[in-house]
Amino acid sequence: MKYFHLIWAALFRSKTRTLLTLFSVIAAFLLFGMLDSVRVAFTSGGNSVAGADRLIVSSKLSLTQMLPVSLARQVETSPGVKQSTFAAWFGGIYQDPNQFFPNFSVGKNFFDLYPEYVIPEDQLAAWQADRTGAVVGASLAKRHGWKIGDTIPMQATIFPRQGSNDWPMTLRAIFHVEDQTQQGQENQLMFHWEYFDEANDYVKSRIGWLTVQVDDINHSVDTAKAIDALSANSDHETKTQSESAFQQSFAKQFGDIGLIVTLIMSAVFFTLLLLTGNTMAQAVRERIPELAVLKTIGFSNHSVLFLVLAEAILLIGIGGLIGLGLAAALMPGVSAASGGVIQLPGVPSQTWIFGLALMALIGVLVGLLPALRAMRLNIVDALAGR
Amino acid sequence: MSLVSLRHLTKTYQRGPEKVDVLKGIDLDIPEGDFVALMGPSGSGKTTLLNLIGGLDSPSAGEINIKGQRIDRMSGGQLAQWRADNVGFVFQFYNLMPTLSAQKNVELPLLLTRLSGAERRRRAEIALKLVGLADRGKHRPAELSGGQQQRVSIARAIVSDPTLLICDEPTGDLDRQSAEDILGLLQSLNRDHGKTLIMVTHDPKAAEYAQHTLHLDKGTLVENAEASA
Repeated sequence: MKYFHLIWAALFRSKTRTLLTLFSVIAAFLLFGMLDSVRVAFTSGGNSVAGADRLIVSSKLSLTQMLPVSLARQVETSPGVKQSTFAAWFGGIYQDPNQFFPNFSVGKNFFDLYPEYVIPEDQLAAWQADRTGAVVGASLAKRHGWKIGDTIPMQATIFPRQGSNDWPMTLRAIFHVEDQTQQGQENQLMFHWEYFDEANDYVKSRIGWLTVQVDDINHSVDTAKAIDALSANSDHETKTQSESAFQQSFAKQFGDIGLIVTLIMSAVFFTLLLLTGNTMAQAVRERIPELAVLKTIGFSNHSVLFLVLAEAILLIGIGGLIGLGLAAALMPGVSAASGGVIQLPGVPSQTWIFGLALMALIGVLVGLLPALRAMRLNIVDALAGR
Repeated sequence: MSLVSLRHLTKTYQRGPEKVDVLKGIDLDIPEGDFVALMGPSGSGKTTLLNLIGGLDSPSAGEINIKGQRIDRMSGGQLAQWRADNVGFVFQFYNLMPTLSAQKNVELPLLLTRLSGAERRRRAEIALKLVGLADRGKHRPAELSGGQQQRVSIARAIVSDPTLLICDEPTGDLDRQSAEDILGLLQSLNRDHGKTLIMVTHDPKAAEYAQHTLHLDKGTLVENAEASA
C-alpha cells in the first residue's frame, strides 16, 4: 500500500490532537466491547436446548410463579430424563441487605446434578443428615468468616417462618468450584427444601424450578418437549430451556440488557462521531495547501478523497482495535466477577465483527465531509490561500 | 516546433457583478528547451497564465496546446494525469509536506506511477543528488534552510522527468545568495538537462538567468526582450 506512509504522516501531523482523539476512540470501543459482549451473552445461543446436558424447567408465565412439587416426580419418569432435582428461591439476607448473595432451598440430590460444586463426602453427608443444615461456597464462607458448625442467622425477605423472619441455619458443608472463570458461583448458599417447605408460612409443596439431566444430549429437544407436555393446558405450564437461557432469563428480570446496551452505545458513538468529525474537519482545514499541492502534482480528485477517508478510517480503526483488544483482555475478569452468569472467555466473534463494521462506518461518516471538501478543492484558490 | 502554443487565450473572472478580464487574447509560442521569465506588475495576469499553461486552471476562451495536446479540452481527471506526466511545479513557499522527510517529499509524484518502492527511492535519491542534497534525504523540511527546502521542491519537480517546469516566484522567499544558487540550479536544468522552464518573477536579476523575458501588463503581452543569460 504505497500511500500508507502518506496517510500515516498526515494522521500524526498534530500528535497531541490525534492521541487525544485516539484515547476517546479507545475508551468508546472498550466500553462497546464489554457491553456488547454482555449483550451477546444475554441474547444469543441460550434459547436452544439442542446439545444441552442440563435443562431447567420453570413456569412458562414467569420465573416468580412456583410449580407443584408433584411435577418433580412426573419429570423424574419422563422419557429422556436421567435424573432431576429441584430448587426454590429464598431471597434471604444476612446482616446487611447490601451484601446480597444468591440463596435458595434445594432437593436432597441437588449436588448430584452439579458435580462442579466439589464438596467433601463427610460434609455432604452431614448436610444431608441435618434438616436445618446449609451449604455455602468457599468464597462466601471466607468473606463472612464462617466455619463448619457455625449458625448462620438468615433473615427472610419473602417467606416468614412462624411469624418471624428469622431462619437460623447451621453450616454443614462448604463447596469449591475449580474452574477459575466460574468461581463467582462460590458466592451462594443452599439449604434443604424440606426445611423451607415445612417452616415457611406462605407456600406449601411448591418449588421454583427443576434441573434435569438428560440421558442423551442429542435428544435434548425431545426431552424438553416431553417435559413441557406434562403440564400442557394446566395452571402451571412449564418452559424447559437450557441452563444458560435460564440464567439469561433470570438476569433479564433486572432489565432489558440489549436495550440498555444499545442506548448507552448510541450515546457514546454519537459523541464520538461529533468529536472525531470535528478533529478530522480541523485536520483537513489545516492541510488545504498541502492537499492542493498533491492535486497540483497529479493526484486525482478521487485519490485525495481516498487519502482523507483512509486517514479517518485508520484513526477509528487503530482506536477501535486497541479498545476491543483491551475489552478482550478484561472480559475474563468480568466473567469471573459475574459468578458465572456471564460466561465469556473474551470478546465474542459476533462483537468483533460488529465492532469492525462500526469502525468502518464511523470512519466513513467522520471522514466523508472533509474528504469531499478535499476532493472538490480548487487548486488555484487553495494555493492562493483563498 | 513549439512546446507551448497559446492562441487567443482569454481568462475572465466574475467578481460579484463585475467581470474582470485577467488575460486578453494571449498568443504565445515557447519552443522546447527554452527558459522564459514572465514579468509584470501585480495583477497583470502572470500567475493566471502560468496556471493555465500548467493545467491548473481552464481558460474562458482560446487554445492551449502543449506538446501537441489541447489541454484546454481535457477533463479534470485527464488534466491531473497530464500534469503528473508532463509538468513539474516549483512554488514560492516550497509547499513541502512538513511531516515527510525530504526523500519522501521527492518521491510523492512517483506514487502516481507503477514504479516499485525501491525504484522510487532510487530515483528520489538521484533527484536529491542533482540538487545537491544527497545527504539531506532523511531531514524533514523544518530541519532545512529555505534554500535547501526550495532545492527539495525542485527535486520533487524533476523526479518524474517532466518536459516542462513551471516556477512561480521560486526565489521570492529567499535571501540573495540562496536565490542565486536556486537560479543557477534552474539554469543548469535548462542548459544541461534540456528542461523547458517558465518562471514568474518580480526580480529583474532573476529574469537575467532566463533566455527570454516576457512582460505582461493588464492581461496582454507587451514586449519580448532578450535576456542576458
